[in-house]
Amino acid sequence: MDFQNNGPETASEEQLFVPSEDVREHLVVVGNGMAGCRAVEELLARDKARYRVTIFGAEPYVNYNRIMLSPVLAGEKSFDDIIINSRDWYSDNNIELIAGDPVTAIDRAAKTVTSQSGRTIGYDKLLIATGSDPFIIPVPGKDLPGVISFRDMKDVDTMLAAADKGGNAVVIGGGLLGLEAAHGLTLRGMKVTVVHLMDSLMERQLDEAAAWLLKSALEGRGQTILTGANTEEIYGDGKVEGVRLKDGTKIPASLVVMAVGIRPSTALAREAGLEVNRGIKVDDHMVTSDPDVLAVGECVEHDGNVYGLVAPLWDMCRSLADGLTDRHTGYRGSVTSTKLKVAGLDVFSAGDFSGGEGCEDIVLRDASRGVYKRVVVKDDRIVGAVLYGDTVDGGWYFDMLKREENVADIRDLLIFGQAFASGGGALDPKAAVAALSDDAEVCGCNGVSKGQVVACIEAGNCSLDAVRATCKASASCGSCTGLVENLLAVMLGDDVQSGPKTMCKCTSFTHDDVRREIVAQNMRSIPEVMQLLHWSTPDGCSSCRPALNYYLLCALPGEYQDDQQSRFVNERMHANIQKDGTYSVVPRMWGGLTNPRELRAIADVVEKYDAPMVKVTGGQRLDIFGIKKEDLPAVWADLNAAGMVSGHAYGKSLRTVKTCVGSEWCRFGTQDSTGLGVKIERMTWGSWMPHKFKIAASGCPRNCAEATIKDFGVVCVDSGYELHVGGNGGIHVRATDLLCKVATEQEAMDYCAAFIQLYREEARYLERTAPWIERVGVDYVKQRIVEDEAGREALRSRFLYSQSFSQEDPWAQRAAGADAELHQPLEPIAIAAE
Amino acid sequence: MTDWIDIGTLADIPQRGARTVQIAGEKEIAVFRTGDDHVFALVNECPHKKGPLSQGIVHGHSVACPLHNWNIALKTGEAQGNDEGCTPTIAVREEGGRILIARPASLKAAA
Repeated sequence: MDFQNNGPETASEEQLFVPSEDVREHLVVVGNGMAGCRAVEELLARDKARYRVTIFGAEPYVNYNRIMLSPVLAGEKSFDDIIINSRDWYSDNNIELIAGDPVTAIDRAAKTVTSQSGRTIGYDKLLIATGSDPFIIPVPGKDLPGVISFRDMKDVDTMLAAADKGGNAVVIGGGLLGLEAAHGLTLRGMKVTVVHLMDSLMERQLDEAAAWLLKSALEGRGQTILTGANTEEIYGDGKVEGVRLKDGTKIPASLVVMAVGIRPSTALAREAGLEVNRGIKVDDHMVTSDPDVLAVGECVEHDGNVYGLVAPLWDMCRSLADGLTDRHTGYRGSVTSTKLKVAGLDVFSAGDFSGGEGCEDIVLRDASRGVYKRVVVKDDRIVGAVLYGDTVDGGWYFDMLKREENVADIRDLLIFGQAFASGGGALDPKAAVAALSDDAEVCGCNGVSKGQVVACIEAGNCSLDAVRATCKASASCGSCTGLVENLLAVMLGDDVQSGPKTMCKCTSFTHDDVRREIVAQNMRSIPEVMQLLHWSTPDGCSSCRPALNYYLLCALPGEYQDDQQSRFVNERMHANIQKDGTYSVVPRMWGGLTNPRELRAIADVVEKYDAPMVKVTGGQRLDIFGIKKEDLPAVWADLNAAGMVSGHAYGKSLRTVKTCVGSEWCRFGTQDSTGLGVKIERMTWGSWMPHKFKIAASGCPRNCAEATIKDFGVVCVDSGYELHVGGNGGIHVRATDLLCKVATEQEAMDYCAAFIQLYREEARYLERTAPWIERVGVDYVKQRIVEDEAGREALRSRFLYSQSFSQEDPWAQRAAGADAELHQPLEPIAIAAE
Repeated sequence: MTDWIDIGTLADIPQRGARTVQIAGEKEIAVFRTGDDHVFALVNECPHKKGPLSQGIVHGHSVACPLHNWNIALKTGEAQGNDEGCTPTIAVREEGGRILIARPASLKAAA
């Protein structure tokens, strides 16, 4: 370690706040949220050296993406995933971050700010970016414990803690925020009622028809939606117990989330004597009534408008940074659009869709697909659009709306979307993205326009990862990943460096994207996945179908109906196809143990079906070669009769547990490795996995079972069991990493189950444990399996739950006549050729 | 003139799957049913290493050979992508819910 480092990280607190020798102008930012930090980012991009920067934040965190709190609540992302700027960003740019200490007063005459803890520091320029506060409706009981808003990480933590206990929740407010809170709480297992004052959901973004579709979809997911419902009182004794409506209805709840709206946070500015109306009044350069005080984001009012969406904020930050670096471009207000995923449902709205004089509606409804589109046209120009269920063309409509493009020529085809209206007819996503104007927004989460992505690619960022790291396009929710990839393809052709690879040519999503969406959107079948994720082929290909089948199987144990036609031949036939089209059959021998009855049955099968070869496998089993497809059921019936079941030597599944003889016989054996191996195999057989999975248990460190090149290996020692993971004896030999040491056999079993489940849930299809562990790091696996006791237990019980459905011998089912047609030719045709 | 042999109904073949037909003295025939219920018949051999195409994964109007994942177009029998080779096809038609394939004599002529 470097003890000579005197950088800001090691400076004592007092040193931080003595007037710096830094003679640059001092910019103090009040607010460490999306607007404050974005403004600083924009400023640094223009002139890195000009200002010394100090940022105050009320929350004890670095800058995170507030609009991504919903996925955190829903369990799709962790807090780390939504951090925009890590500590490194602050230190690399010499920014002082004072987090967890809100500014409480501004003295404009002295040009200082004072924080809650009593720090007073001077500024040359002050930037107020305090955002907005949740609006709390003034009903009795609003201050009871258990009544919260949905605004920051603390609220999410409160909701998660409440959801852990289960029970009922009421969300007051059926706007975007309320519905996202309701969705997250539903996913977390709470019974949720949404109470909405207006007659239709999200009335500011959706018209009635789209709102009705949304309401039906949410009700279909188990939520209760009450519209036209007025909250009279939140009741409870010492803590919240429920909500009573004006009509007398009582809804019991242990958690009440108030999400009825936000209002600009202006108290600080007001007390400082700045001009404040609905928001802090600013000019086109985000300057307030005091020329040395600026303001940006949701707390400001510009030209009479207050914005509560993220996109205008990016525009404001650009104008502000231009102003601070003497490039007076000026902000002219924003036209806003909303592209949302509400509870996994696609919704888009832009502009004015209230109709009125001279407005014409063009509407398309496709009830069976759950699609509703409405474009409002006035004087041959688009003034508004509402899309539900299929929002692909949202960006195109919005682009034309902003540019006030004349649509008279394409009016008839307008509603069918860009691909149609542009005349191509064919859906060429590259042409579509090429046709977008430079200021068309590509990434809504991070406010990145097509022009910025293009500039970023031109600057030498030739992969999706590089683009994400540089201009942040598609780095948050990822819904615009396809757009960015198409831009890369349009600009670079074959020179695109593949980042995280898409699953296959049928989709622009990666394996990880698809797995995440399957869970988030609660998808239940392969056609549904292909529909919702816009597969480009009618029924996928031989790469994606087996992967999707596995992901669904893993996500929905006991519920998902396995799709035989999406399995490789070996898994469909429960045997291994050989080069001549015959099959090899491997019966299971638990821990490699066998007996005369089993051996006789195998010998009989070999003779009866004229198998040309029998071989001992590397996994201590016997492999019978040269069995014809038609004979397989009969072979299995004979093996079943001797008590043997499928050995799954053909599957992306647990193969064998290899053992040595251990303490029962061996003079060096320290524990009963054979017995343990049998127990582990009894627990794990039949489980489907991303790839084949091999286990071994060795009785002493001499390691005769070769446990250190297995996916999971146990090496017994005097004091217990060493657990090893991620070994592989294939093309690239990889020795295991030591996971940990445990004292008892039961722990060895528990850790094994948890490790398998983690691999099942997080590895990509056809990724062995070795590359998976190299990708995620062994420390991550240790953290999940060894350090996180509750997490380990949860993984283990999920594995055992899933196993309760998978431990049925597929051979016995086939031997009894199931799927007989897979083994028999169509007709016993005896027609001789003429 | 083509003679047609009745080999069964559409329902006898799993969707996105195949069944085989063996006619004495002839190579085994694979009869495919696609996701959109089209039926195709090919000799049950991949042009690459003679893998049994009937055991492959059917996607769109193609089948992926189970041995080395070559993709064969069901309509023409041609290997797709960078692979080269062709599997003989057999004429198929549907009549009154029954599936008929061309008689082997025609197959020989076609091959």
